[in-house]
Amino acid sequence: MSIMGTRVLRTEDPRLLTDGGVYTDDLRLPELAGAAHVTFVRSPIAHARITGIDTSGAAGQPGVVAVLTAADLPAPPEGGDPTTEPLLAGDRVRYVGEPVALVLTEGRYQGEDAAELVSVDYDPLPAVPAIEASLTGETLLFPGTDNNVLGAGTAGEGDDASFDGCDVVIERTVVNQRLAPVPLEPRALAAAWTGDRLTIWSSTQNPQLARGAIAGAVGLDPALIRVIAPDVGGGFGAKVAVDRDAIAVAWAARHTGHAVRWIESRSENLVGMVHGRGQRQTYKIGGTRDGRVLAYRLDVVQDCGAFNRLGAFLAQLTVLMAAGVYDLAHAGASFRAVATNTTPIAAYRGAGRPEAAAAIERAIDDFAAEIGMDPAEVRRINVVPPDKFPFTTATGATYDTGDYAAGLERVLSAAGYPALRAEQARRRKSGDTVQVGLGMSVYVEITAGDMGGETARVVVDAAGAATVFTGSSAHGQGHHTAWAMLVEDELGIPMDQITVVHGDTDAIPEAIGTFGSRSLQLGGTAVVQAAGEVKDQARRLAAEMIEAAEADLKLNTASGTWQVRGDPATALGWGQIAQRAGPDGLAADARFDASAPTFPFGAHLAVVEVDTETGKARLVRHVTVDDAGRILNPVLAEGQRHGGIAQGVAQALLEEVRYDVDGNPLTSTLVDYAAITAPELPSFELVASETPTSINPLGAKGIGEAGTIGSTPAVLNAVIDAVSHLGVRHIDMPATPERVWAAISEARAGR
Amino acid sequence: MIPAPFSYRRAGTVEEALALAAGAGDDGKYLAGGHSLLPLMKLRFAVPEVLIDIGRLAELSYVRDEGSHVAIGALTRHHDLEHSALLAAELPLLAHAAGRVGDPQVRHRGTIGGSIAHGDAASDLPAVVLALDATFVALGPSGSREIAATEFFSGLFETALEPGELLTEIRIPKPAQRGWSFQKFTKRAIDWAIVGVAVQGNQVALVNMGPVPMRAAGVERALAAGAGPADAAARAAEGTSPVADLGASTGYREHLAQVLTTRALAEAASRN
Amino acid sequence: MKVAISVNGKQVEAEVEDRLLLAHFVREVAGLTATNIGCDTTSCGACTVLLDGESVKSCTVLAAQADGRAVTTCEGLAGADGSWHAMQRAFHAEHGLQCGFCTPGMMMAAVSLLAENPDPTEEEVRTGLEGNICRCTGYHNIVRAVLAAARDGRAAQEAS
Repeated sequence: MSIMGTRVLRTEDPRLLTDGGVYTDDLRLPELAGAAHVTFVRSPIAHARITGIDTSGAAGQPGVVAVLTAADLPAPPEGGDPTTEPLLAGDRVRYVGEPVALVLTEGRYQGEDAAELVSVDYDPLPAVPAIEASLTGETLLFPGTDNNVLGAGTAGEGDDASFDGCDVVIERTVVNQRLAPVPLEPRALAAAWTGDRLTIWSSTQNPQLARGAIAGAVGLDPALIRVIAPDVGGGFGAKVAVDRDAIAVAWAARHTGHAVRWIESRSENLVGMVHGRGQRQTYKIGGTRDGRVLAYRLDVVQDCGAFNRLGAFLAQLTVLMAAGVYDLAHAGASFRAVATNTTPIAAYRGAGRPEAAAAIERAIDDFAAEIGMDPAEVRRINVVPPDKFPFTTATGATYDTGDYAAGLERVLSAAGYPALRAEQARRRKSGDTVQVGLGMSVYVEITAGDMGGETARVVVDAAGAATVFTGSSAHGQGHHTAWAMLVEDELGIPMDQITVVHGDTDAIPEAIGTFGSRSLQLGGTAVVQAAGEVKDQARRLAAEMIEAAEADLKLNTASGTWQVRGDPATALGWGQIAQRAGPDGLAADARFDASAPTFPFGAHLAVVEVDTETGKARLVRHVTVDDAGRILNPVLAEGQRHGGIAQGVAQALLEEVRYDVDGNPLTSTLVDYAAITAPELPSFELVASETPTSINPLGAKGIGEAGTIGSTPAVLNAVIDAVSHLGVRHIDMPATPERVWAAISEARAGR
Repeated sequence: MIPAPFSYRRAGTVEEALALAAGAGDDGKYLAGGHSLLPLMKLRFAVPEVLIDIGRLAELSYVRDEGSHVAIGALTRHHDLEHSALLAAELPLLAHAAGRVGDPQVRHRGTIGGSIAHGDAASDLPAVVLALDATFVALGPSGSREIAATEFFSGLFETALEPGELLTEIRIPKPAQRGWSFQKFTKRAIDWAIVGVAVQGNQVALVNMGPVPMRAAGVERALAAGAGPADAAARAAEGTSPVADLGASTGYREHLAQVLTTRALAEAASRN
Repeated sequence: MKVAISVNGKQVEAEVEDRLLLAHFVREVAGLTATNIGCDTTSCGACTVLLDGESVKSCTVLAAQADGRAVTTCEGLAGADGSWHAMQRAFHAEHGLQCGFCTPGMMMAAVSLLAENPDPTEEEVRTGLEGNICRCTGYHNIVRAVLAAARDGRAAQEAS
């Protein structure tokens, strides 16, 4: 029986459960003995000119090895793009938390003591704390421009004429709030010299991309840099490659010739690591009273933060996916990405797609409320029917496969939707203080959209054991288990004889790594292809060894042996064949480039209870379909769904990065940033659904972000639904108790 | 994330603690469970130069039945209050509230004395002991004195304790009216209260409705005058000055105070 | 100052800065790096260890305060022969970890929880873990793991 699709526990677990793994700050290697500890000096002000930096106070402190500022960096080229982000702030700081200087100390604890003594003179400039201020253009953040727009784009068509013929048109501006990714392990990097080579250990999702970025920034040939990803304590997109802080640490090693190590504090992480989301969205939805949506338009203003690290790209993805799962006569979207004096925004679980789903799923419920129709029915009427795939939307996405209506029905059925509506009706009738709300989403998302491909190498040695070198770079996803399953299935070598290696540019020089839910479909397929080539090599050698025709041979995957069909006496093991191949055994490299991205989809139903006196919402049940094609290991897939759902629920109910009017962060500790904890969540109800894709031989799409994309709008819709009978039509995220209470109060006052 | 350097001294006896504090003067702070002080020091909001660890003074950890009142040693941990059979019988309000402070790890370290001496109006126990008409025993260089809870909290993180004075005991009269309730409103279970209400009989105290924990004087006057719970609770925000912060606006806090007081009075009545 | 702390049954003595946090004592002086530091406001629980058998956040305890006491970390859960603790078995069986960074602290918090409440409901497990943040799992399988470990523990009790 094939191992594919079966529940296999993780091979990663024993290390992590016993000695706790080795994350970057755990490294105790001889190369790092005596490494200097790096502590950053960061800007305490959102926007200012730096008029002087005095490092003398710090430089004289015990244990201080060096104090580095922008003055120690090579001067930026003349005529360079002024919106380019420097490693260390030079003459200007643009967000609270921006790195200004680095202190290297012998001891860990000395770092903060010394950093406090670096004296920086700031001449405050007017701060642009948010999108609204940026759009006024009153303060221009970059020279040579007449606005703060760093990027713009449009897709589809959704001009006013599209809305002619609609009985009902609703326009609403909503917020998709800024979030902090909060991986439990903050950013960390260590670097040490071995001769003229720099070895870097980085808590990254992409060691190979990190190497390229560091090489360029510090002026070293990539061949002289080795990047290793040790165990990585979560990434969620925020640890893609390396960011300027990490590069600055690597540069410090280059500049001083000293081994260095750095791990940030959580307070630094909440202002120094990229944030996610951060859009102001205006949707316009129009249709007829019988439930047909005729036109939809989405205009996005994306907050980039202080620099355009990824803001414009994220908004572009939102625009691409704006039409969601619906078959619309007219749909269009546009974006402007603007600079503000806040932490730069980049990828965070979903990266542009949760924003698209949140907008249209809110709009659909808004429309449903306006025409007095059950939101499930409105969705049934308007989703792309199963016979229309591949389906190209007005905003330019071509969805490979999907069955949106079936996903919705399964979720409604699993949840017991009619009984829930009946309970809601009962409580509304008796005017219970605690009301029930039902919210749903039907979503589609794009995975492996980067089109960068992935690499793999499979080696079988003289003992018959296999080693898989993968370009994918796991940080909790369980790739080692999954890739071993793939190789066992392909070659019949048992999992306990398979070692998976990732995250070392010496072992795997070319790769993209892990983000965008790409790894199984690209990295996994590359593994299968490399294994397939090993199989072909083995068949040729076995034919020679057995003196039979290749066509007469078969691989018995149950026993991991090659033999002539029907003649088990001829059986050869992998080890024997590998020995025949030569001292390096059997080996094959593969690179898989998919022809297109894939489009997982699903449906979520959230059941919330809202205390109408306090406004507090409690998620009571959450039922989902998250269809990512063929599932390799349900254990891993469920885990990804659970984690994704939790982060999406957190956006709907709790989490938000906030700044004051001067651009000072208000949520820079985990006391103030409400990262979701266990008591706020129920156990989830997952419904299985597999609609394969033909884009890759595994039939797999990406599951890592789907749960997040589907859950946020379902939960928000549920909270609004709970109090819609009181006249509430919208509540912005996060739907905190105060927001819900304010909405109820306003609605009551309006009557 | 690392405290500024300081000198650590450990007190073996109460007398030694007082002597060490006298020696350190303004530079010294007592360290009990450390879960109010150390977090401040790690962010460098507090930078005492001398820490006097009183955490080993086992003689200050007790819950005793003294007849008309219960005597609680200042170093009794929240965990021990939560699980005290005596408190479950005589002062369930305190036992229950102690079980809501922070999280289980915090409750294994934090102490009632530490929480009260810290004087944070957003903490749970100061309001609770205020609702219970507690008296605190403080020991200083000039001897021992008793301070009523109503006289104790003087301002934001300010208490009536003189420099070097050590809180040793919390005395709580056994309540005449047995009904009690503790309503702690948070977004997440682990958060500090946005607003909290502690009720023992007709005594009502508020968490986080001003710079100090306070009795809901308006509510108590109304109850004394014979008003029903709903009418009394409508006066919950009287005399309060709740801040507007990340957790809530002033208006919302005032609203919550009323709602929670209504619920607390109803729950207390059901326990009578 | 000099401190002597028993860590997983082994005495560890050292001359340390007065301000050394227990978390760093465990990681740097005792050399046990399973205990992680995930925040600076006593919020996340990744640093949870047992101090005389009770869960504490080691980032908010000074090594000095643990002087002469006994600390148990994740590395001390397995038996001397390497056999896994019921909690480790359960976390593995229920896929209660993904990146693993929160896991040592989560397991120690759960061990302490079950020591005080051997037969918790799901709600009691969730509330009991309110001081531990996980970003990867959504807590679903962590809760299953703790309930499984509880069942395992009660079965072992009944058998003995």
